[in-house]
Amino acid sequence: MRMSKTKVLTGKKKKSTGWKSYIPFYLMALPGLIYFFINNYMPMGGLIVAFKSYSAKKGIWGSDWARFNNFRYLFMTNEAFNITRNTLLYNVAFIICGTFLAVTVAILLNEIRSKKASRLYQSVYLLPHLVSWVIISYLAYAFLSADTGFINNTILKLFGGKVINWYNSPKYWPVIIVIVYLWQSVGYTTIVYFASVVGFDRGYYEAAELEGAGTWKKIKYITLPLLKPTIITMVLLAVGKIFYSDFGLFYQVPMNAGALYPTTNVIDTFVYRGLMQQNNIGMSAAAGLYQSVVGFIIVIAANLLVRKIDKDSSFI
Amino acid sequence: MQSKSSRRFNIFANAFMILGVIFCLSPLVLLLVSSFTDSNVLIRNGYSFYPEKLSLEAYRYLFQSGTQIMRAYGMSFVVTITGTCLSLVITTMLGYSISRPGLPGRRFLTFYVFFTMLFNGGLVPTYLMYTGTFHIKNTILALLIPNLLVRAYYVLLMRSFFQNSLPEEILEAASIDGASKLKIFYKIAVPMAKPIVTTIALFSMILYWNDWQNGLYYITTKTGLYTIQNLLNRMVQEIQYLSSNATVGGSIDLSGIPSATVRMAIAVIGILPIAVLYPFIQSNFAKGITVGAVKG
Repeated sequence: MRMSKTKVLTGKKKKSTGWKSYIPFYLMALPGLIYFFINNYMPMGGLIVAFKSYSAKKGIWGSDWARFNNFRYLFMTNEAFNITRNTLLYNVAFIICGTFLAVTVAILLNEIRSKKASRLYQSVYLLPHLVSWVIISYLAYAFLSADTGFINNTILKLFGGKVINWYNSPKYWPVIIVIVYLWQSVGYTTIVYFASVVGFDRGYYEAAELEGAGTWKKIKYITLPLLKPTIITMVLLAVGKIFYSDFGLFYQVPMNAGALYPTTNVIDTFVYRGLMQQNNIGMSAAAGLYQSVVGFIIVIAANLLVRKIDKDSSFI
Repeated sequence: MQSKSSRRFNIFANAFMILGVIFCLSPLVLLLVSSFTDSNVLIRNGYSFYPEKLSLEAYRYLFQSGTQIMRAYGMSFVVTITGTCLSLVITTMLGYSISRPGLPGRRFLTFYVFFTMLFNGGLVPTYLMYTGTFHIKNTILALLIPNLLVRAYYVLLMRSFFQNSLPEEILEAASIDGASKLKIFYKIAVPMAKPIVTTIALFSMILYWNDWQNGLYYITTKTGLYTIQNLLNRMVQEIQYLSSNATVGGSIDLSGIPSATVRMAIAVIGILPIAVLYPFIQSNFAKGITVGAVKG
């Protein structure tokens, strides 16, 4: 065995012979590839159910064609507009508030003298991100419950205000949802910005110090401009997902309360409720397809934009 | 030498950060304190950071009469550990193979994986397929497979790692020594991949542990398959259902559902493994996120 290999080496550079020698790799890749076929590609084909009048007996492929009826039905209602508006507005709010807060925290973390304190703060901020949405809904409930919630029991005592039935009042929820979103996500987003800030060339800051620049000036004229590409990239990547919502946030935290639908129903929750609660497969399928297609276009557009700015960061 | 402005700024920064700490931790502290609160006090005075009376009754109930709860807890462990192990094996094999430089069709296969991050069928076709075609409803497979078993992002992270951080010379040397490709993989590549494998294992464990969606969609009759998250979810659902159907003037019969303090205790044990592993998780997370943010 060894002899024949040496023979090959003496003459030419040892070269793998065609694709047959790669068979072990293809075999290794197979389970994962099959999984993606089942979990991701088959449902892509199944999107066709949006154009069908689904019957469980006949299955997706055997059901009769409904052509555009499901879509007509979907867009005839107010729902389509409401859920799209909610999805988009929330994501815009998330992007603006989330970016602002994460950048602020990242910069402040960097300015803190004690590295130990800085790391400790970061650890604490990341913790909410690791809590499941179900449990987060319990945390929210501890604050917002009408009769036992912390807010009702303390605003009452401290400020003498009226008790608010939070889970019955849709108008407060845009703010509540944004706050909960920030609580859950800022620790995570900050890490990316912080990694950038830490990597900036110290030379700029030293030069500025020699010119007598104070901390605020250094942030304004060095840190922020240097952060701009990262911020733009992160924002664009987030915009790419603007048609999607975190199902956990919008389903669990409002506790699926019907009264709150007007301000908390997003496309993802609408699809879920249509499918699981109302058994209206046609409409939820149409909404799902709508989301997948528009979402796809937006993701591609956003990534192409990112590519223009910073080639390494785009996915494409 | 610390300038006056930077000292002032440091104080301001620390103050802001401490506010952030209070913001992040207070809900969790409230949860913990509530789980140790006397049940009647909670109903009377509401959730509070400083309750009138503390008690261990919620936990006592949990460990003595909470058989369904303990079963769900066990289920969470089983699903998390099984899922993570399977996931690691498949993900590593796929990530490694598509990282091999000369592999014919390598770009196609990478795109095949990557495309799933851009476009997906969504809930309806996925659900109809898993229930209608594969019949995994109310089986443990429903907790392990959908959307969690292999994640494109993790595959690409693995691929990045094997591409960039694995010195080709060592692999070539082993190959010249007569090692088969498979042996090279598990005897050399995998041990060298310990950092990335650890990172992905942690991500995966958290994902499985916290998952409640698969249970919500697919576990409808076999309540024995509930994980802790599913259990917490169903309890909320039942309470919502009862309170929206309560007769006027009548009180809700919550006798079948554990009391508020017990529910808090369940939530606490639901976070516990993550809290325990937290120092370990936290250092890996930062590494994993920054690696992922810089496209390999």
